[in-house]
Parts: sequence; C-alpha cells; structure tokens
Amino acid sequence: MLDKIKDFASTFFVTGDPLIYGADVSIALTMIAILFVLTYYKKWGWLWKEWLTTVDHKKIGIMYLISSLLMLFRGGVDALLMRAQLALPNVEFLNAEHYNAVFTTHGTIMILFMAMPMMFALFNMVVPLQLGARDVAYPFLNALSFWLFFMGAMLFNLSFVIGGSPDAGWLSYPPLSEMSSSPGVGQNFYIWGIQISGIGSLATGINFMVTILKMRAPGMKMMKMPLFSWSVLSSCVMIIFAFPILTVTLALLFLDRFLGAHFFTLDGGGNPMMYVNLIWMWGHPEVYIVVIPAFGIFSEIVSVFSKKKVFGYKSMVFSMMLISVLSFFTWVHHFFTMGAGADVNAFFAISTMAIGIPTGVKVFNWLFTMFRGRIQMKQPMLWTLAFIPCFVVGGATGVMLAVAPADYQYHNSYFLIAHFHQVLIGGVVFGYLAGIYYWWPKLFGFKLDERLGKWAFWLWNIGFYLCFMPQYALGFMGMTRRVYTYGWDMGWAPYNIVSTVGAFMMGIGFIFQVWQISYSIKKGDRDLTGDTWGGRTLEWSIPSPPPVYNFAVVPEVKEQDAWWDMKEKGLDKIRPDHYEPIHMPKNSSIPFIMSVFWFVAGFGFVFGWMWMAVPGMIGVFGCLIARSFSYDTDYYIPAEEVRETELALRGNV
Amino acid sequence: MAQTAAAGHADHGHDHHEDHEGLKVLGFWIFLVTDCILFGTLFATYMVLRTHYDGGPTGAELFEMPGVIAETFILLTSSFTSGLATLAMHQGKVKSLINWLIVTAVLGAAFIGLEVNEFINLAHEGATISRSAFLSAFFTLVGTHGLHVSIGLGWMVGLMFQLKRRGITAVTKRKVTTVSLYWHFLDVIWIFLLTVVYLMGVM
Ligand code: HEM
Ligand SMILES: [Cu+2]
Repeated sequence: MLDKIKDFASTFFVTGDPLIYGADVSIALTMIAILFVLTYYKKWGWLWKEWLTTVDHKKIGIMYLISSLLMLFRGGVDALLMRAQLALPNVEFLNAEHYNAVFTTHGTIMILFMAMPMMFALFNMVVPLQLGARDVAYPFLNALSFWLFFMGAMLFNLSFVIGGSPDAGWLSYPPLSEMSSSPGVGQNFYIWGIQISGIGSLATGINFMVTILKMRAPGMKMMKMPLFSWSVLSSCVMIIFAFPILTVTLALLFLDRFLGAHFFTLDGGGNPMMYVNLIWMWGHPEVYIVVIPAFGIFSEIVSVFSKKKVFGYKSMVFSMMLISVLSFFTWVHHFFTMGAGADVNAFFAISTMAIGIPTGVKVFNWLFTMFRGRIQMKQPMLWTLAFIPCFVVGGATGVMLAVAPADYQYHNSYFLIAHFHQVLIGGVVFGYLAGIYYWWPKLFGFKLDERLGKWAFWLWNIGFYLCFMPQYALGFMGMTRRVYTYGWDMGWAPYNIVSTVGAFMMGIGFIFQVWQISYSIKKGDRDLTGDTWGGRTLEWSIPSPPPVYNFAVVPEVKEQDAWWDMKEKGLDKIRPDHYEPIHMPKNSSIPFIMSVFWFVAGFGFVFGWMWMAVPGMIGVFGCLIARSFSYDTDYYIPAEEVRETELALRGNV
Repeated sequence: MAQTAAAGHADHGHDHHEDHEGLKVLGFWIFLVTDCILFGTLFATYMVLRTHYDGGPTGAELFEMPGVIAETFILLTSSFTSGLATLAMHQGKVKSLINWLIVTAVLGAAFIGLEVNEFINLAHEGATISRSAFLSAFFTLVGTHGLHVSIGLGWMVGLMFQLKRRGITAVTKRKVTTVSLYWHFLDVIWIFLLTVVYLMGVM
C-alpha cells in the first residue's frame, strides 16, 4: 500500500529538480501565509462578500489586474531563466527538456494569462465609466468570465509542480503535441488551462461588444465615443470571430490525445498542417486583439497630455476597424516556408504588408496630436512616447518578415524573436502600463509615485533595447529560436551576454514598479477631484474611486470629448438637486463555484480520471440550472442612499 | 413628492426589466454568431478530412439513409412545433405554450435517440472515432450537433418548470425566445450536415 502511494506520488508530483523543489516550498509557504493572514485578521467574510462573489465591473477589473501582474512575474521569471541559460556558451543551467518547458510556459503565460487579463482589466476598469454606464451589459457573465480565466490560469500553472509542464511550444504544433511525442499530462494541462479561460474570454468579447453597442449614455453617438472604447469594440469583434476557432482546435487536439482520434496525427489519415492553419487563424488575430486596445489607450493619453483634441478621429476609428478585418487574412505568413506555393505566399505577404498602412495612419495621427500641443511629461505620456519608436521599428522588421522569399532566411531565427518581442513589449506591455498609470488614480483614488516610476521606466526601456537589438543580429548570424545552448565557435557569445543583461534590467524595472505600488499605497498623492489629469472623457467626471453605481445621474453627451465640453461650458460644477433609486445587480456566488467545478473537471480530464471529471461537469451544469432558476438577481439603491453617498464623496460643493 | 418618486420608481423598474431582456436577446444573437464559427471550423475540418479513409470504411459504405431521413423529418417538425410554442406565448396561452414545448422536446429526444442508435451501430461495425481521420471528423461534427441538441433539451425542460411556476413574464418570454432561436439555429446546422456529410457522402 505504502509503496503504491509512493509510486503514485513520484509520478504525480514533479521531482528531481532543485528549481521545482524551491517552487514547491515557496508555493506552500505562500499558501500558509495567505491562510494565516486571512484567518488572523478575520477577513474570510470580507473576501467572500466583497471580492469572490462580486459582480461590480470595477472590482473584477482590479482582480484581473492583480492576477495579470502575478502572471507577468511568473512569465518574467521564465524569461530570465532562459536568458540566464543563453548568456554564455555551453551553459548547463537548464537542460534541453527543461528549456523546452520553460519557453513553452513563458510564451503561453505571457500571451494568454498576462496580456489577455491585463487587457480585460482595462476593459473592466474603464469602458463602462467612459460610456457613462452604470455597469456592463451582463454583470453576472462578467464575473463568470473572470473566474474561468482565473481557474484556467491556475490549472495551467499547476503543471509546473504536478504532472509536469507542457513543452511543445506555446502553440503546441502536432506531432510534437500528440500522444506519440508528448505522452505525459503536460500537454493536457495546456489544453484545459487554455480551454477553460478561453471560454471566459469569448464571453467577455460578447459582453463588451453589447455593452458598447447598447449601454452608451444618451447622446453618445458611435462617432462621439472615446477612442479607447472604439479600440475595445474592434478587439471584441476579433475575439468573437477568432476564439471559437481556438476552442475547436484545442478540442480536436484533445480528442486525438484522449480518444485516439486522427485529426492531426501522422498516421490514420490525420493532417498536422491543418492544425497549423487552424491555430494561426486564431493566433494571428490574437496578437491584434491584444495590441488594438493599446492603440486606444495611446489615443486617449496623447490627447489628454497634449491638451488637444485627438487628430483625425474618424481615420483612427476607420483604421482600427480595417485592422480587425485584415488581421483575419494574414495567418499564412507564419509558415511561408512550409510549401504553400508562390501564389498563396504572395497573397499573404501582400495582405500582411497592407496592415502597415492603417497602423501608419495611427502613428501619424498621434504625432499630429502632439504637434503644437502643451505636452506634459507625466508617466502615462512617457510610456506612450517610448512606445512610438519601438513600435515603428517592430513594424518595420515585421514588414521585412512579410517578404515571403526573404523569410526563408530568417524564419524561426532570433530575428523573429526580436521582432515579436518588440511589438509585444513595445506595443502591448508599454501600452497597458501606460493605461494602468493613467487610470490607476481613477480606480484607487491615489497616484503612483512619479520618481520611482521614472526609474522603472528607464530600466525597462534601456533594458529593452539592450535585450532585443542584439537578437536581430543574432538572427542574421544564424542563431535559431528554441536552442538551449551553443558553442564558442559560433561567435554569438558577446551578443547574448548583452541581451541577458538587458533582460535583467527589465526584471529590475518590474521590481521598481512593485515598490512603486506598495510605496504609493501609503504615500501616493490622494486624488480628491476625481479629475487628476484634466481628462476629457466621462470617467473623469465622477469621484475617484467611483461609487458602486458609477454615475449618480446618467450624463447627457453633446460632444466627442464629453467631459471636456462640460467643463468648457461650466456644466461640471452643477450638482443635481434630486436623485432617483438606482437599479443594480446583486452579488452571486455562482460564478466562483461554477469555475471551481470547471477546475475540478479540467483536472480530471488532464489525468483521464473520469471519477473526477464527470462530477465536475455535473457541478458545472448544476450551477447553470441554479442560475436559470434564480429570479431574485437585482435590487435598488434608494435615492436617499445615493444622495448621502454623493455628498460624502464630493463634499458639499 | 414622495408619491411621485415612488411612482417613478415603479415605472423605472419596469423599463429596466424590458431593456435588460432585450439586451440578453441581442447577446444571444452574438453567441449564435460564435457558434456558427465553431460549426464552420468543424465543417472545414470535415471537408479536408472527408476522403482520408486510411483503408477504413467510407461514407458510402456506412451511412444508412432511411435513418437519416427520419432524423431530418423529426428535427424539422420540432422546429415547427417550437414555432407554435412561440406563437402560443405571444397569444398569452401558457398551457398551450408548455404543451408545444413538450412536443418539441419529445421530438428532440427522438432525434437524439436515433443518432445514438446510429453511432452504436457504426461502432459495432468497427467504425469508431479512432479508425480514420474521416471518422474522427464525422463523429466530432455530428456529435457536436447532437450535444447541442441535448443541451437544448435540458434547457427546455428547465424552462417548462419555470413557466409553470411563473407564467408568461418578461423574463420567461425572453427565455422562450432564446431557446427557440437556438432550436431553429440547430435545425439550420442540421440541413448543412445532411447535405455535406450524408448526401455528399453517399453520392
Ligand atoms: C520581459 C522580457 C522578456 C524576455 C527577456 C523574453 C525572453 C524570451 C526568450 C529568451 C524566449 C525564448 C526564445 C527561444 O529560445 O526560442 C521567448 C519566447 C517567447 N516570448 Fe518572451 N520574453 C519577454 C517578454 C515577453 C512578452 C511580454 C511576451 C508576450 C506578451 C512574450 C512572448 C513570447 C512568446 C510567444 C515566445 C515564444 C515561445 C515559443 O517559442 O513557444 N515574451 N521570450
Ligand atoms: Cu501573424
């Protein structure tokens, strides 16, 4: 009996690596610490009532933000491990297998569990406020989306200490990801972690699309809507069209592995190339899904910090919509070298380059907005300025990659790695950081310290160029991606060491940001006006942090920058003399519980344990039924309470 | 003053419910778009793999058209009866609404029964999901449709209880509307299945 248990434990838990024992210990310690703190300060009830069951979009946004920062840390540690391994030739710090697992989890986590939730954090924190709405269209579904993402991410992360990490790359190409090459459970963790959180993402796409189409304040025509909300809409359109493809692709891969089907296997008539097509039909739009909201953020920030209306509003809107359509016609550029033929390659080369045009339009619009503006170098603006050159260079190397014949030279080389990190870090990460700095005071009621922020900014930026510029050169020198070590004779060592130094500088930059946040919680400037930066859009018209119901009285919109317009006309000082009761959704425990059941089911599927998967799925359906039968889902905040809250928040002005 | 506020409140609440239900129907339409893409992807996969028999049985050898025709008739009829249910709902007749839903659900269950039967027969002949890429694609595409129908069934049954208890309200109305949208949608998908899988398969 004891032997059996030992046997089981040695396959169940990942053993034999000091790094992993370290992780085991730190996970256990963190868990104990959390449990202790919650119990000691009697915070369980608070946690449950205020957070785990909340349907308030602002709190959901904050939970997304915290989880995505944790995932940035995890993905960042993976990145530093890889860069440490590659710093010098013949290093044996990570072995080949471990290196495979690390680049796989790094890529997957960064895109699906860092960039996506950080984007959803911003959606949730900002969109309803910008629209002058009291909530999103489906608050319950919104909470469910968050918890599905969270449980999916946890399931994926668990693979590190239980069962073993996936190691077939972030897109899991077959036959590497098939049973024949990856017989362990790591690949199943990949499938179920992404599948569960992917359902949540799809629901968020629907939710925000309807929110934007239907919940705008009276008078806010589509063409008067803030550009960030437009960018969210275009991102949601892409989510709605792309994510179902991902769902199917992962499901088919699972059927191959679990039921012995032959979609992508080398035997039985399967076709691995079909997987590659399917995954990139999702994968390419996915990179635009995460970058378009960053464009929206820049548009807001550039205009606020230049004290000018954004230049070329209509062309901004049009170019975003065009990008979201074009993004579905470029996927083959990821495998120009796989023998599709010259005509097919030519089509996709041209369609890829075509995206450069609307993107260029946007860059020029931002520059024109700044031109002759009164530019204020606050943190959000700094990151925006850093973004522009970075994205221009990244875009240019992207066009180089899109030249199909030339791609035979740098396909899967470090040139590619440098290119996509340049757009993902320079575009997505810098963009979201700018957005977080910009909207932080709105959500939390205080500003993040400028001095520490500048340190973080320069560390990130210098580190970035040190890290990725040498990699373009390495690509031309023949260094391919996913190699775990190399010899002195290659001559790659000097470039690699510089690159590693740069990576660690970015790591230090991140530490400065953590410090910045914890410092500012105590000492940051409190924002009493609600309008820290002299904003132009409606979110700045309400107190910071906003009350649950956001707007005591739903605003009437007349112009494009509605709040700016009100300020100019002096309407901002007027306080309503009369309030109405406000209709709000009630908290619910179902999203959380249902997601826990998903987690249980997912874990069961990973190990092929039907005794666990089946009850998990029954739980999921049980929750659906429970929701369908509950009718008591909303309540009214009495007018008197609204009045008191407003008085307390705004003083007697 | 107190009175006007209270009256305003009641009105307001009513409005809100109506809007909310309308909003949910819109969301459901968008959900159907995503479901269309899901099926589209499965259809594309099937089209690529439909001749990859790997030495195994072909569609022409396996498909039994009489069963499939029966399934088609049953499903089309159920779509019709779900339409009658909505009609009854608009006339405010709860009883006949529930009865038509029952008829629809029974037809749906008959459809599922036939499909399961077909799958079992195929498996007995050695035509399983792991036999060839063609069969993997076949079972997945047809099975996904079947799973959708089964979920629709469960949903309809749940709805009958709610209708019994609450009658026709803004909320139950919206639920009936969405479930019948869903049902018609599955019917349309089936027509494609019939054409692409079965008719093209035996031809
Ligand atoms: C913060 C600094 C970062 C560093 C130092 C870094 C470093 C690396 C390294 C060394 C690799 C492996 C290259 C190879 O051997 O093939 C890699 C791969 C990758 N990274 Fe990063 N990365 C960073 C941030 C990010 C971010 C922010 C994202 C996405 C939002 C990202 C997405 C990816 C992806 C998708 C891969 C490919 C994984 C694969 O080959 O399957 N990285 N990164
Ligand atoms: Cu692409």
